[in-house]
Parts: sequence; structure tokens; C-alpha cells
Amino acid sequence: MTGLRFGLALAASALALGVAQAQEPKKGGTVHVVVQPEPPMLMQGLNQNGPTNMVAGNIYESLLRYNEKLEPQPSLAKSWEISPDAKVYTFKLQEGVTWHDGKPFTADDVVFTLDKFLREVHPRWRPIVNAQVDKIEKVDDLTVKITLKQPFGPMIMTQEVASAPMIPKHIYDGTDYRANPANNTPIGTGPFKLKEWKKGSYIHLVKNENYWLKGRPNLDEIYWQIIPDAAARAVAYETGKVDVLTGGSVDVYDVARLSKLPNTCMTTKGWEMFAPHAWLTPNVRNGILGNKQFRQGLMYAIDREFGREVVWGGLGKLPTGPISSKTKFYSDDVPKYAFDPKKAKELIKASGYKGETIRLLNLPYGETWTRWTEAIKQNLEDVGVKVQVENTDVPGWTQKASNWDFDLNFNFLYQLGDPAMGVARSYITSNIAKGNPFANVGGYSNPEVDKLFADAAIAPTDKERQELYTKVQKVLADELPVLWLLEMDFPTIYRCNVKNLVTTGVGVDDGFRDAWKE
Amino acid sequence: MSFLKRFARNRGALIGLTILVVVILFAIIAPQLYPQSPWRTVARPFLAPFVMDRFPLGTDTLGRDIASGLAHGARVSLTIGLVSTLVALLIGVPLGAIAGYAGGIVDDALMRFTEFFQTIPSFALAIVLVAILQPKLGSIVLAIGVVSWPPVARLVRGEVLSLKTREYVQAAITIGQPTARIIWSQVLPNTIAPIIVMGSLMIGSAILLESSLSFLGLGDPNLMSWGYMVGAGRTRLLDAWWISFFPGVAIFLTVLALNLAGEGLNDALNPRLARGRE
Repeated sequence: MTGLRFGLALAASALALGVAQAQEPKKGGTVHVVVQPEPPMLMQGLNQNGPTNMVAGNIYESLLRYNEKLEPQPSLAKSWEISPDAKVYTFKLQEGVTWHDGKPFTADDVVFTLDKFLREVHPRWRPIVNAQVDKIEKVDDLTVKITLKQPFGPMIMTQEVASAPMIPKHIYDGTDYRANPANNTPIGTGPFKLKEWKKGSYIHLVKNENYWLKGRPNLDEIYWQIIPDAAARAVAYETGKVDVLTGGSVDVYDVARLSKLPNTCMTTKGWEMFAPHAWLTPNVRNGILGNKQFRQGLMYAIDREFGREVVWGGLGKLPTGPISSKTKFYSDDVPKYAFDPKKAKELIKASGYKGETIRLLNLPYGETWTRWTEAIKQNLEDVGVKVQVENTDVPGWTQKASNWDFDLNFNFLYQLGDPAMGVARSYITSNIAKGNPFANVGGYSNPEVDKLFADAAIAPTDKERQELYTKVQKVLADELPVLWLLEMDFPTIYRCNVKNLVTTGVGVDDGFRDAWKE
Repeated sequence: MSFLKRFARNRGALIGLTILVVVILFAIIAPQLYPQSPWRTVARPFLAPFVMDRFPLGTDTLGRDIASGLAHGARVSLTIGLVSTLVALLIGVPLGAIAGYAGGIVDDALMRFTEFFQTIPSFALAIVLVAILQPKLGSIVLAIGVVSWPPVARLVRGEVLSLKTREYVQAAITIGQPTARIIWSQVLPNTIAPIIVMGSLMIGSAILLESSLSFLGLGDPNLMSWGYMVGAGRTRLLDAWWISFFPGVAIFLTVLALNLAGEGLNDALNPRLARGRE
């Protein structure tokens, strides 16, 4: 008996040992990754385009990282404390961190970054710091204290690397940030350094030998390959030229084919922070589109399940309202709209629609979006709505969307982990402004919704916030300021011998710190 | 020998004409044959051809009937080919006639203007025009017309140059007919034969141009055209070849037929040329 138990214990420990050995990262190696399109620049403080974040998120770092459940994890901040009144955040920094040029990273850099640099240039941090933050102070070389004007729940979600990348004070202080020549040679604290950027061809990152986290990174080099054509990117993976196809870089149709290849893994994780939410924006200023019944009719008319299943190859999930099920404070206690052409016809008739032509602006992001536009056009025509599709290129789309020159417009927005950051902006009155395609371009305005969003952002406890957000989701799902179509999944396709690639809520954006190659 | 007989002597022309008649018939009866919109999903996506009798050519990425798309696409392709050729003729014929008849500095100016258009690669110019004007039926027709008129102008100018020295034109001048009337009633009727030949060949190249534009996503998004179908299926060429293949064949056959028929017309309308070839 004892012998058996001992034997079992031995086996179990051997098993545990075996697992531990399999998990032991191997050092060295080169990984080739696709980045699409080519980033405009790699200075992440000044630019937060998707491709910029993918590359620069491994050069720069922020105070915190977020796991797949969006819980904050230590990064440049070793630990942090929130005062009982939820107004003072104290961050303790890691010891022995240096910039890529060898200078030490201290609390001065943090204060400079958050209080000066990003306050001036960062579109997401600026409104937060101006509205919510009272002061940002250095306590000692390794401690920073942020004092808020009032409790602001989303504060702890603001320190993701694209939202608040740490910028070296000794290089930027007192200069014209946007014109600083150092923007071409980004200096961060991250696990990788920029070695070479051959425009139109590749971006070459090499290991930061003096990285503060001992034993990391595991890889020696990363090549970010720039291949403009989607079909060519798929071929590059098939022929072994690249090891990782980042989310959205290949056609939906190719995802199914490529993920069946030998030694190929596919994951839809690593997008929890962004939780891309796709929808159609009706321009409520334009005649019949201002009518709630008409918008509800459109929602019933659109076969969203067909879009998910056929157009997007079964990827993603049908949304119920403005907040993604991956984001905090989601509630499904809302009016729902199943595909029901009959009901759609009744509602559209009741709305007083007289056969006006509705212009549908296609999003020029590739074949899949075009197919989606065609399918939805047919859905709407089936219930008697006259639709005219408009095609344009990306600058044309940006211009039309930001100048409200559309009737129905496709869009997808990132939720950024908290409704106060990624959701409210599309519905509140104060964000109706020309010039930004990601503002409240449809022109929906409802004082009740404005108040609910404003109160929810600064409500002191999560419970109170949840109550307010539940209420606002209910109101919006009834009023339909936009027609939610899909919680999008962006699959990352990679060779199975690249391990630990997607471990955080932003996936490959900061994933190469821990990644290794077998 | 009558015109018809001369045309019929060219076997290629007969074949071309037959294909053309079939395509035109197909286009005319398309709404009766496929009353539903070609954009409508009718079966499961990627249905292979010859599997279900109802959908002999299979379905595309969204489950739309390819045969229906072909029929409705024939209307679009033929209409665009025809109308844009007319646009090209409307620009090219008057310019060529004026240049040829007036001569001198007017001729020089108009021909330099024509050459200016000829030096720009026509497809690139068409892309730019459509991109600027937004991809719509009207702008596509206009773009194709604008890039294809220079050869017409040169052809008409050459004809007019030789015609204006003929005696009956000199006679008309002598009796004091106004210039516009001379061009309209004495000169132009005699250039009709080569214009018809050229026009029939131009319809073919206009269809090709429209297809290329649609393939690149610059077609009218509200119209099902053959080029669009080829373009929409190209990413699935490996596993669903039929989506691009059938419309591709349709384009090929139609353009070939137009060229054959054009050749036949040429032979029939220029008997001396035709006899010389035998």
C-alpha cells in the first residue's frame, strides 16, 4: 500500500518534471512575422496604428501588461497600490531597468511620459489625463504617484503599451516631439531593439542583451516581413518564408486552408483588449434613418448569422449590443434581434419609408468586407429597401466617414478593455465631431445615454458601474444608434514550434518577450 | 456580290456572329430566365458545377447562382461595351473630321491633342478616371470612351484627308455649300464603312477594359458583371475554380466573337482589300 502510494507519487513527480522540462524555453532562434500594412513609424508614443503597435509593442514597454482575462500584470511597474478612496495610484518600478542606449529608466521618465509627452500627443491618454488626473508625481527614483480628481475605474486599464508607452525623458524633454530625429531610431526599454528597417521590405529587431527581466527574451531576432498582397502573404507562409501570420493578415478563406497545414497552430486569442466590434452606422441625420422603427426594421432584415457563418467563415460571435462579451460590464439583458424579414417589412412599412435610396458605404479592407456588403445589400433589398453600394479606397472611406457623407457605413472599433475607453466614444453627444472616422459619426444624441456613460465611468465601485452599463446597453439596444453585426475574431496563424506567442490580452503586440522557438 | 454573301464567305465571321447572337439572346431573356436578382443567395456556397440540376454552373463564395450571374452579367458587359464605344465615336469622329477637313494649324493642334492621349497608357488612365469619379456605371462608360477615342480620330482624319480632294467635294465647295454641311453630308457618309469595322472591334476591347476594371474592384458595385465575377472568385481559384472560370470563358468567347465578326465586316465592306487577300 505504502509502496504503491510512493510509486504513484514518484510517477506524479516524474510527470510534473517532464511537463516542466517540456515548458523550459529554448534560447535563440529567429522568427519571421507578417506585418500588414507597413507601419507609418515605430515611435509608439506618436502613432498607435495597428501595425505600429504590433512591432513597437516589443520595443517599448508600459507600466502594466494585461493577461487574457484583462487582469493587470507587472511590467515596468513591479507592484502597485490603489488607495481605499480609489483616488491615489502608487506604482513601484522595477529595479535595474535601462533604455536601449544604456541610460537608466527612473520615475522621472514615467512622470515625463504621462504628464508631458503623452498628455500632448496621445489621443487616448490626453482626454483621460485632462479630465481625471489631478497630479502625477515622483515619490522617489522608483516610485510614482498618480492622484485622481475623482475615482475613475478604468484607470487601471490605461497602462497598456499602446495606450501609455514609456518614453525616454533624456531624449525627448524640451524638444519638438514630432520633429525629433530620434523618432526614426526608437529607444525603449523593451525586450527587442530596432536594428534595421528596410522600407517596403522588412523590419529587423534584435534581442536586448541588457533586458531587465533576466533570461528574457528567448529569441535572438525577429523579422517583420512586409508583403502587400494577401494572397502572397498566404503563399509566404506556405513556402516557409514567414512563421507567423498576424490577425487579419490573410483572407478569411485562407484561414481554414492554412490552419490545416502540418505544424500549424491557430488561435483567436490575444485580441481580448481590443475586442473588435463590427457594425453598420446609420447616419441618423439623413431622413428615414433617424427613425428608430426603420433602424429596427433594418436590424431584423440583416441575416447576421449568415455573415458570421458564410462571409467570415464561422469566426466571431453575434453581438447583443454596444459592449462586446469580451469586455468588462457586458450584459445580455437587452432587446434582441433575430433574423426576421417579415417583422422587418412590417416595421419598415410602419416607419413611413417611401422607397428612398439608401447609400451603403463599403469598407475597403479587402474581399471579405465587400462580400459582406453585397450580402447585406441583398438582405435589405429583400425587405423592400432600395440600396446603392458605394466603393472607394481607404483615404476616400476615411474622408466620407469623417465628414458624415454616407447613409449606412461599415466600421469596426476596438473596445480597449473598458466601456469608458472604447465604447462610450461611439454614442455620446460630445464626440460628434467631424474629422475622425472613429468618433460618433452617425450623429446619435440622447441626453440619457450621455449621462449614463458619464456616471458609469466615474462610479466608485464595479457594482455601481455594472448597473449603469446594464441600463445603457438596454437603452441602446432598443434605440439602435448603430447596427451591431459581429464580435470579430482575428485568428493568428503560426508554426506550432513557436511557443508562448500569445500570452496576453494584446497577443503578438507584446508577445515576443516570452515567446521561444523549438 | 452582295454584302451578305461577301460576309458569309468568311467562315470565322459566321462563327463569330453566331456566338454573338447567342450571347445577345441570352442577355435579352436573362430577366425571364432568372427573374431573381443575381446577388441573391440561393444555395450553399461553393457548390460545384454539374452537381445540382438547378444550378448547372455551381454557386460562388456566398452561394449565389453563377449561371444567373452570367446571364445578368451579359447585359451589363454588352451594354457597357456598346455605350462606351458610342461615347468614343462621339468624341473621335467629329475631332477627326474637323482635323482632316480643316488641315493646317487646326489639324496640327487637334492631332497633338490626340497624341497626348495616345501617349498615356489607356488602362492606367481609365483606372485614374474611375477612381476620381467614383466607380459608377456612368463614370466607367465615360472612362472607357475617353481612353479609346484617339484611334477613331486618326482613322477618320485619314479618310477625310483623302475624301476632301475628291471631285464631288470640290463641287460642293464650288456651289457654296456651308462647310459643316459638306462634312456632314458629303464626307462623313463615305467614312462609315471603316468606322463600323473599327467600332465592332472596339466593343470587344471595351468589354475587356470593363472586365479589367471590375476585376480590380473598380466596377460599379451595384452591377453584376463578368469581370467582377472573375475578380471575386480569384482568391478561391485553387479550390473553387468554377467561380472565375465560367465568366472568364464568357468574356473570352464574346470578345473573340466580336473580333471575328469585325474581321468579316471589314472583308465585306472593303471588297477590294478582301479580294487582294485571297
